[in-house]
Amino acid sequence: MSKHAQMAKTLLDKIWDAHQVAAETAATPAILYIDLHLVHEVTSPQAFAELRSRGLKVRRTDRIVATMDHSTPTLPPDASGKRPYLDKATEAQVAALEANTKEFGVHLYGWDSSNRGIVHVMGPELGATQPGMTIVCGDSHTSTHGAFGALAFGIGTTEVGHVLATQCLLQRKPKSLAITVDGKLARGVTAKDLILHIIGKIGMNGGTGHVIEYRGSAIEALTMEERMTVCNMSIEAGAKAGLIAADAATFEFLQGRERVPKGAEWDAAVARWSKFKSDPGATFDREVVIDAADVKPSVTYGTNPGMVIALNAPVPGAKDALEQRALDYMKLEAGHQLAGTKVDLVFVGSCTNGRLSDLRATASVLRGRKVADGVRMLVVPGSEQVKRDAEKEGLHEVFRAAGAEWREPGCSMCLGMNGDIGKPGQLVVSTSNRNFEGRQGPGVRTVLASPLVAAASALAGVVADPAQYISEAA
Amino acid sequence: MKPLTHIHSRTAVLPFENIDTDRIIPARFLTTTERTGLGKSLFNDWRYRADGSEDPEFTLNKPEARGCEILIAGRNFGCGSSREHAPWALTDYGIRAVFSSEIADIFRGNALKNGLLAVVLAEADHKYLLDHPGIELEVDIAAQTIALPDGRKIEFPLEPFAKHCLLAGVDQLGFLLQHEAQIAAFERAMAA
Repeated sequence: MSKHAQMAKTLLDKIWDAHQVAAETAATPAILYIDLHLVHEVTSPQAFAELRSRGLKVRRTDRIVATMDHSTPTLPPDASGKRPYLDKATEAQVAALEANTKEFGVHLYGWDSSNRGIVHVMGPELGATQPGMTIVCGDSHTSTHGAFGALAFGIGTTEVGHVLATQCLLQRKPKSLAITVDGKLARGVTAKDLILHIIGKIGMNGGTGHVIEYRGSAIEALTMEERMTVCNMSIEAGAKAGLIAADAATFEFLQGRERVPKGAEWDAAVARWSKFKSDPGATFDREVVIDAADVKPSVTYGTNPGMVIALNAPVPGAKDALEQRALDYMKLEAGHQLAGTKVDLVFVGSCTNGRLSDLRATASVLRGRKVADGVRMLVVPGSEQVKRDAEKEGLHEVFRAAGAEWREPGCSMCLGMNGDIGKPGQLVVSTSNRNFEGRQGPGVRTVLASPLVAAASALAGVVADPAQYISEAA
Repeated sequence: MKPLTHIHSRTAVLPFENIDTDRIIPARFLTTTERTGLGKSLFNDWRYRADGSEDPEFTLNKPEARGCEILIAGRNFGCGSSREHAPWALTDYGIRAVFSSEIADIFRGNALKNGLLAVVLAEADHKYLLDHPGIELEVDIAAQTIALPDGRKIEFPLEPFAKHCLLAGVDQLGFLLQHEAQIAAFERAMAA
């Protein structure tokens, strides 16, 4: 190995090195400083309780973005202002977050905030998510923020407590995996199709123990919202995090946002952020190469996000008893087309595909058309900001005219904690990130897809290719 | 947290691969603000029938699996969400060790912070345990060994700091808090 190659660092190396309060030793993990901590109602109450029982304070209230998103109803309050919570427990959980943040002096983007939303949609909107940062949250889809060249990963509640109390985590350094996607995605092939294709290739445990860095011309060509979709589902391949180095598109997205430096400080920030990229010749523990031309509109057909096929491909035969079990659960037969399967519910939203561009794509298919009889469609904006922007463009009218429900922001049907779920046996085409058994309600069958495929399926009443609608629109 | 030094128990085997955290504890049980009491919802949608009664076919409901403290699970156990409710549900139920050939990163980290020994075994050892449900194991955490009924010993890897915390019954927050001066110095340097 040349001297140059030995010196060359990956993006992961650079972020890691910049945040080590203490380096790891044989006996102890590294103490890693955390720049930004995202907090929500589901994974924080026990952490606040831990601090309370030990008499500890929150160390850096200025490094927290706290909001409620998982347990929150997506229907508006009634005339008396009462919110239609699923039950007392979900209401109590949100109330606990309100009480905890107040007690510990943490600002809460609460019900009265014009920024409230899914925490992974909010962070970038506020400009709180910035290149070169370490970002954590008690939520596995924290990987979303890697789209900005930040090392962002999900943690458990014990670690939420660690960060609240010390702004640090004890961590062993993960391995690095470069996924290079060169070439051009075909028309009608979206970032969602790309990440489903990647997970289908490397498997739902293909990234375990690794941080993925996505690179190559097809990645560079993605918008920031598309990059977020890709990084969001890194965890679905088992990866600790996903990273995309910051570039001009990143800086353009961030400039002018609330929490981003202004004036001369902005220039200094861009200069600093620009250094957070892998050096030429940097070596990765593993490398995978994907040809963008191979990516087709893709969907899941089984009960994990690694069971992916091209939309128009037949359902593959089960390799083992587990896959057969998945096919049985999905009521699908090997050799048959998934396209054409009857759909009961369509969900557009989540931290994967709940941003403005996703809603625009959905509207582009739905405009002037009707959701098929017997199909229920929920469109749930990722945040209040997304909701405002969408309504400014009249997208909500397109959804309503088509017969879809336009809801309040939140995680909603992605995991159904708030009661937005399907009925046993129903098939949901969902733009979210997990198709586990029962994820969207006991016995509910989930097909993960892009907003385009979801919208086309809502119109057709069966899992459908959006091509006909897109070409008409063009 | 109580020190965990030895586990002596029969095994219960869930051979399925990719048992995700929604399977371990479905999202609708995450509305609690407590760490305790989740054991009754462990593997809820496998354990109980639609009428709420126990499904006698499910492994953990079988008489021979009652009281087992060691779970042998198929590859890639604990994939999916970061919910610490998954290890909380397992420990509340009485499980003290999970052995697999692969365990998802976040789950493994969460488990080890809650006195749940979640470790990865060599493929051949894992297969042996999958193929021999219900055998008695003696786990020695200090020695990082699992003694089989035939006298053979299986070794397992364990991150040294997690091992120290399990054996001493201490959590990691105390260790972090001892580094306050270093953390403060890091913050000053960062602000400069």
